[in-house]
Amino acid sequence: MRIVVDLTRCQGYAQCVFLAPEVFRLHGEEGLLYAPAVPDEQLERVRQAAAACPVQAVLLGEEVNPGDR
Amino acid sequence: MTGDPGDGRIVVVGASLAGLRAAEALREEGFTGSLTVVGDEPYPPYDRPPLSKQVLLGEAAADSTGLPMRRNPEAEWRLGVRATGLDPLRKRVTLADGESLPYDRLLIATGTRARPWRNPEEAALDGVFTLRTRDDGAALAERLAAGPQRVLVIGGGFTGSEIASACRERGLEVTVTERGPAPLVGALGGTLSKLAAAMQRNHGVDLRCGVTVTALRGDGGGRFVGADLSDGSRVEADVCVAALGAIRNVEWLADSGLAAGPRGISCDAGCRAFDMYGIVTDDVFVAGDVSRFPHPLFGYQMLSLEHWGNAVAQAAVAAHNMVSPGPLRRPHLAVPTFWSTQFGLNIKSVGVPTYSDHVVIAQGSLEARRLAMVYGYQGRVTAAVTVDMAKSLPYYQHLIETAAPFPPGSGAADRPLAAEIPIPSDVPDPKGLSHGPTVALTGYLPDRRLTVVHPTG
Repeated sequence: MRIVVDLTRCQGYAQCVFLAPEVFRLHGEEGLLYAPAVPDEQLERVRQAAAACPVQAVLLGEEVNPGDR
Repeated sequence: MTGDPGDGRIVVVGASLAGLRAAEALREEGFTGSLTVVGDEPYPPYDRPPLSKQVLLGEAAADSTGLPMRRNPEAEWRLGVRATGLDPLRKRVTLADGESLPYDRLLIATGTRARPWRNPEEAALDGVFTLRTRDDGAALAERLAAGPQRVLVIGGGFTGSEIASACRERGLEVTVTERGPAPLVGALGGTLSKLAAAMQRNHGVDLRCGVTVTALRGDGGGRFVGADLSDGSRVEADVCVAALGAIRNVEWLADSGLAAGPRGISCDAGCRAFDMYGIVTDDVFVAGDVSRFPHPLFGYQMLSLEHWGNAVAQAAVAAHNMVSPGPLRRPHLAVPTFWSTQFGLNIKSVGVPTYSDHVVIAQGSLEARRLAMVYGYQGRVTAAVTVDMAKSLPYYQHLIETAAPFPPGSGAADRPLAAEIPIPSDVPDPKGLSHGPTVALTGYLPDRRLTVVHPTG
């Protein structure tokens, strides 16, 4: 699974950083960096982080598989 | 086309952020016909912003930034093949492998590519990079991980500054050269560019402004070893990144008759492409970095944006309009938004800061390195930039959208603004900078097209 954070929307509430600190981290006071490829053992935490984001900026999903229509 | 806009054949040229989001939106809007997405890179759609941040820091692999789908667009993906031409009369896109794809409606989302160093021989030296694609990111990250003695970054725009920031965070020596007076001056104007310069120097960047690189030097064996600067000095370095801005991928449209030029493909507010006579088409749509569109908040001037958020928003509007009858179509009116994280600061922008004559610091201060700066043009709020104050940005977006007077009233401000005197925004002509602009107001006229007529017989 992959994530992308809409950083246009992100306002640095950092709920994701508390819920999945191995995937999300703050860079400075409010810049957000994250690991785009989510390891399986982090999936549940990332789901919670996506649900908890006050501005709903975290999208979790499969990447495109060109062979699969 | 059967006349039902929800059916038929749609081809999307461009398999990056705008292409993917448009393909998803077409299905969401009920399109049931055949959908083909063409991309010149061999990879499924991936996210580019991490390439200059997490990837260069070594925290994420360049091949890990594949974009998650919002839904499966059930498309045929033609990846690793470039579109080479468009015949709008026969309604066909030709591909580099000789195939010709028929369409009923076409979306052009071919984006931009990195502007290469101007001298091809010097650009080919081992150790000289640009940064735009996943392959670029992988190659540069690998070189940075090997611990070079010094990295030279040519161009102090957002990409160049983020690369320099990543280098310093990795403990690498870095020199940034910028032809303009300071980094980010082309995007943010004079006042914030001074903060950007101070941040770079505080973090140990060897920042050289007001100079250009005149030549890149090799060791005779094809390896980059340094560069000559216009002030007569020389920088010894083993890695060079040319961060000179972007070139729009429009060459394949040269014979299409569309209004395609260096600033993009002109389209109307509904993302429909104009032809070279300024006549709007009804079956060719444009979205993302390659588009050039009119915006009512900025005097209906044509805007060219290299923004992640614009690609997403415009793709949604284009997809909606591709499958909707005329009266149900929507305009693309999203206010431009942008972010950059560098040297520990989160810089966010809304509106068009270069469309300004004065600025005022409405919250925070330069000294605190935490502030909201509001930009005005002829007495109206046109943009705002926050540094580590992102939560204030929606308030200023509202001021922009409602054409609020400048300087703004107290509102979110933490002190009376009447005491503040607006100062000139000091936005230079982009011609004087090393890097191209990421936001460009490109006037009202179609791009000038020159046709060479070869007399025959």
